[in-house]
Amino acid sequence: MESVQQYKVDKEPQATLAMDPMKFILWLFLVSIIMLFASQCSAYLVRRAEGNWLEFEMPKIFWYSTGVLLMSSAAMQWAFFSAKKDQFKQLKVAISITFVLGLAFLWMQFEGWKELVAMNVYFVGNPSGSFFYVFTGLHGFHIISGLIVLLYSLTAAFKLKVHAKNLRRIQICATYWHFLDLLWLYLFVFLLTFN
Amino acid sequence: MSAIEGLETAHHHETEHEHHHEAQNFWQKYIFCEDHKVIAKQYLITGIMWAVIGISMSVIFRIQLGLPDSNLSWLKPILGGWISDSGKLDPNFYLALVTMHGTIMVFFVLTAGLSGTFSNFLIPLQIGARDMASGFMNMLSYWFFFLASVIMFASLFLQAGPAAGGWVIYPPLSALPQAHPGSGMGMTLWLASMALFIVSQLLGGINYITTVINLRTRGMSFDRLPLTIWSFLITAVLGLISFPVLLSSVLLLIFDRHFGTSFYLSDIYINGEALPNVGGSPILFQHLFWFLGHPEVYIVLLPGLGITSEVIATNSRKPIFGYRAMIASMLGIAFLAFIVWAHHMFVTGMNPFLGSVFMFLTLIIAVPSAVKGFNYITTLWKGNIVFTPGMLFSIGLVSLFVSGGLTGIILGNSALDIQLHDTYFVVAHFHLVMGAASAFGLFAGVYHWFPKMFGRMMNTTLGQIHFWLTFIGIYLVFIPMHYVGIAGFPRRYYQFTSYDFTHKFMDMNMFISIAAILSFLAQFIFLWNFFYSIFKGRRAPQNPWNSNTLEWTAPINPGHGNWVGEIPAVYRWSYDYSKPGAKEDFIPQNIPYSQTLESNFPHENELIATEKAIESQNYNDQFNAH
Repeated sequence: MESVQQYKVDKEPQATLAMDPMKFILWLFLVSIIMLFASQCSAYLVRRAEGNWLEFEMPKIFWYSTGVLLMSSAAMQWAFFSAKKDQFKQLKVAISITFVLGLAFLWMQFEGWKELVAMNVYFVGNPSGSFFYVFTGLHGFHIISGLIVLLYSLTAAFKLKVHAKNLRRIQICATYWHFLDLLWLYLFVFLLTFN
Repeated sequence: MSAIEGLETAHHHETEHEHHHEAQNFWQKYIFCEDHKVIAKQYLITGIMWAVIGISMSVIFRIQLGLPDSNLSWLKPILGGWISDSGKLDPNFYLALVTMHGTIMVFFVLTAGLSGTFSNFLIPLQIGARDMASGFMNMLSYWFFFLASVIMFASLFLQAGPAAGGWVIYPPLSALPQAHPGSGMGMTLWLASMALFIVSQLLGGINYITTVINLRTRGMSFDRLPLTIWSFLITAVLGLISFPVLLSSVLLLIFDRHFGTSFYLSDIYINGEALPNVGGSPILFQHLFWFLGHPEVYIVLLPGLGITSEVIATNSRKPIFGYRAMIASMLGIAFLAFIVWAHHMFVTGMNPFLGSVFMFLTLIIAVPSAVKGFNYITTLWKGNIVFTPGMLFSIGLVSLFVSGGLTGIILGNSALDIQLHDTYFVVAHFHLVMGAASAFGLFAGVYHWFPKMFGRMMNTTLGQIHFWLTFIGIYLVFIPMHYVGIAGFPRRYYQFTSYDFTHKFMDMNMFISIAAILSFLAQFIFLWNFFYSIFKGRRAPQNPWNSNTLEWTAPINPGHGNWVGEIPAVYRWSYDYSKPGAKEDFIPQNIPYSQTLESNFPHENELIATEKAIESQNYNDQFNAH
């Protein structure tokens, strides 16, 4: 029996690993988005290596839109911290800023497309241009989905349903929004490097 | 995308669900149901319907290939204008049949029908969970699949015919409406249907992974998970990583087709006139497609292998041989699945050095596959084998897996592939190792878990007859097909009557076709047995196969939530069959070691001390949220 006692001290059986299923689902969902863009990027690189590739300079407005999205992400984090501390006024302000900056980002991306058209880089034509539109468009589509998620948190925040004891919704929202921000940062650097 | 909203609503819905447990009307109970068991049955029935359609198609083109002079006028009531006045099959429709047979069988039957049914049914029951992590997403997953099915089914009735560019839909054939009658609306519907299908698989797969990792019951550590669950988990991970890639290749194809971009198109002349598309690469599509396409093979096969592990161990009354080796080999196969895709493209003008790298990686897959093969055989070795229909189909799967795998070693050689690619040798290979083997996994699963699904037994004798006819039929079809392939018959040809070298093989082709028709007819035994037993079968006992896994501790007809009262805790792995000293030849997972002192090994006696701790652990019970 001695050994049994020893064993108990040595090894407690580990509790079955478990985290919040909804957050876990979100992370898996992000994996699928990552794979979507990874395949696009590899297609881009493979196609680019084959030559006959139109090179063009990225319009300046994409630099500014990147800044806007970064600020939006910072505001999101501010909103999350405020929710954690039950500072409802700041939460409302911060989450509204996030949402407005998100909309501004989308508008700037669209302006960027217009500038591309003015530069004679079209969606239909050399694949280098087509890929640029596909990358920004796909990302923009995900930003729209992010804005919808954000809207849920926004309305909940204004109904005072987001607070220190009910953080799940805003956590999921913040994770997704930061992810979309990082994703754009990556795409931006990628498109700058391999233009 | 909208899945996030889904999460939020799903959460609300779950909490509401607890309060209105009684108030389920017909729609909630049978149609938009969130119970994993009902969803599993929905997948199974839809899968069976698709299988009937898909296999019927193969019979039609087998008649065309094996009996080219036959008069097909009797099919006019179904196929209408696709049969000419002289009773001949329309050549364009032949191509559509081949394409749709491939699409239906690979995606709708062996992916959705197999994974969808058994992942949904077995994951919560075998890990001890009330339901999936998100019942709402699970319900959405089925209905996206249903919508994809409806669109694909509708495309069969287009006047120009359904998609006909092969199930791999290579551009430019699939990208240009001028290429083929089926490349117009048929291909558009194909793409729409597949996009929905991908959404369905992602929703389902994300749910499977989350459930397995987060909702296991007390004591169900990863090294106590049944191998079925391991295989479903790995399958879902494969799907999660590869289906988005198919989505992106399909997306670019849609842009090429409908917006005039040139991702896959370049320098194409039609009737002497150049198309405006410049600078695309059709090979790019093949790379993207096969990055999904190869893992897809394992998405189809792995659930079958997992089911087989469980059924063989149970019916050999022996622990599975090499439990950890089985998991490791599945992980190995899953990893290798992602780095071998170019062996489908050896003859696309690829750099021969690159070809030899992919050849090397491809041949390595033989190692984990052989580990699995040997483990199945050593599990059977000296077991007290019970030949239930499920067991027969599992052993059949091992046989098909081995014989189909052997020809894979031949095809994996980039030099031999120059001769063999796109011949019937390839067709025979993948039908044995992926098609028939996975279908046998599906049959094994249905026969084995039918009592749990419907609370009744299927007829054993009919099951055994069904097995022998199918097993013999499959080999009679596909072994000769290898020879036809070596002789140089290319796949997807309408007929072989105009070449000299094919003449002496006409009787062999006829033989294959007759064997195919007979094995098709044998499936009606299964259909009758299945549907008859749902309503009139003998009532099932709680644990008909004396099995160890948790699903057999649930009531015979489990309600929503699976277990009445507490979820059982787990103290041991699921393969304690014929343990020396034990009273019975099986000890279910929920029996603690303290109750089986006569059969415990020394290290298991030590585990008794941990039982109290296991019992006090988190339940992960969704219905009693803490």
